[in-house]
Amino acid sequence: MHDDWRPSACRKALRQRASILAAIRGFFAERGVLEVDTPCLVGAGATDPNVPSFYVAYDGPGAPPEGRLWLQSSPEHAMKRLLAAGSGAIYQITHAFRAGERGRLHNPEFTLLEWYRLGWDQHALMDEVADLFRYLLGGCTVERLTYTQVFHAHLGVDPLEASRQTLETSAGGLGLGRAALAALDRDGLLDLLLSHRVVPALGSGRLTFVYDFPASQAALARLRPDDPRVAERFELFSNGVELANGYHELTDAVEQRLRFERERAARARLGLPLPDVDARLLAAMEAGLPPCAGVALGLDRLIMHVCGARHIDEVIAFPIERA
Amino acid sequence: MASYTTSQFKAGLKILLDGDPYAIVENEFVKPGKGQAFNRVKIRNLRSGRVVERTFKSGDSVEAADVIETEMQYLYTDGEFWHFMKPDSFEQYAAGKTVIGDGAKWLKEQDLCKVTLWNNEPLSIEPPAHVNLAVVETDPGLRGDTSGGGGKPATLETGAVVQVPLFIEEGEVVRVDTRSGAYISRAKE
Repeated sequence: MHDDWRPSACRKALRQRASILAAIRGFFAERGVLEVDTPCLVGAGATDPNVPSFYVAYDGPGAPPEGRLWLQSSPEHAMKRLLAAGSGAIYQITHAFRAGERGRLHNPEFTLLEWYRLGWDQHALMDEVADLFRYLLGGCTVERLTYTQVFHAHLGVDPLEASRQTLETSAGGLGLGRAALAALDRDGLLDLLLSHRVVPALGSGRLTFVYDFPASQAALARLRPDDPRVAERFELFSNGVELANGYHELTDAVEQRLRFERERAARARLGLPLPDVDARLLAAMEAGLPPCAGVALGLDRLIMHVCGARHIDEVIAFPIERA
Repeated sequence: MASYTTSQFKAGLKILLDGDPYAIVENEFVKPGKGQAFNRVKIRNLRSGRVVERTFKSGDSVEAADVIETEMQYLYTDGEFWHFMKPDSFEQYAAGKTVIGDGAKWLKEQDLCKVTLWNNEPLSIEPPAHVNLAVVETDPGLRGDTSGGGGKPATLETGAVVQVPLFIEEGEVVRVDTRSGAYISRAKE
């Protein structure tokens, strides 16, 4: 087999990919959202313990003192710096990188569509995500459920209040082994249940938004002022595939620094690499990140959705093994 | 002991779980954009043949099973054991009834079989996909019927009973698919 010089995607899929990219740019142009282009090679790696980053040794001109740069895991920090600098609504189509993520829905290098809207909350942004799908596909059925509702519907448990014991019982039968189960923290258990028991049943023939995630999984979302058990974060699923993740963004620099430090502490416990907190993002937030909502949409998966592809390799030219 | 991490998982990999050897049939990487990654695998127990699903936290490791597949020549059976030989080294291996299982009825001396060894002991035997075996017993065929439209049972030299066309007679050699147990054709001598 020496045909790995060939693309894994067929010509038809690559043409569809190009027309979807053009349509997305048309969608945002019509709505007056500015396209931006921030670097893939960045000074600060992701602190989220579940996001493994690539790093690049660099000691040439302009190199940071540690002689190391990172391949971005998302353009979020750079785009928020633009927002703080007064850019107004922006979008970006860019490559992002996650070391070690490979499978039917994952390639370590993938394409994201990320955008931000000033003064919007998570619900207004969900409306616009649905608008984009309608723009690309025509009519679609859309539903909106809370994280708590989908856990109730598919597992009969309350993810915010259930005891650890109840969650472990729900995870029985997934064949994880007692020790491995015990080694998961509460969020790990919730992730296990969500990804194995809930997500496969979500969004059959429709777009399903799940919102109000547990506060412990807020990431960069703000907590709901009237119910701080949950964060104003949403994800979009269709046919059991996660397509997007969005936030009513946290704008408080003090809280953001705390979250970064908590993530770094978790990394230290797990013996993972310890990137510095992104001081430039924190400085931008101190200068003032305007109230906004933002979403990252997996573009390769969106294209899979439009093409009816089952494997990500069907819509990207050269997956990692052929890169 | 050798081990594999989940990032090395792929179909065909042999792992040891709860003391039993398994082969990975299917491996799916499951990860929320933000959150814990898992590997959801279908694995076949190489002893029982049963396929089960297991989930591993990505990054965890699992012991490797010392399982190799090799070609061996079937020599003979003494009733209790079936004896095989590696053609290159002449090393001999004996497999008991539970290892041989249903495959015994297709084994003809000298035939090359796929033998799976676990810790250098036979774990399973796969007879050749197609074998040529002589018919030792069958009802007389109907004269002139060469259409193969009907069928009748025939006992073969190894003891297997297969459905053959009516025109097949005792003493003839037939070609059989051992995976389905179906008659293929008269063997071309």
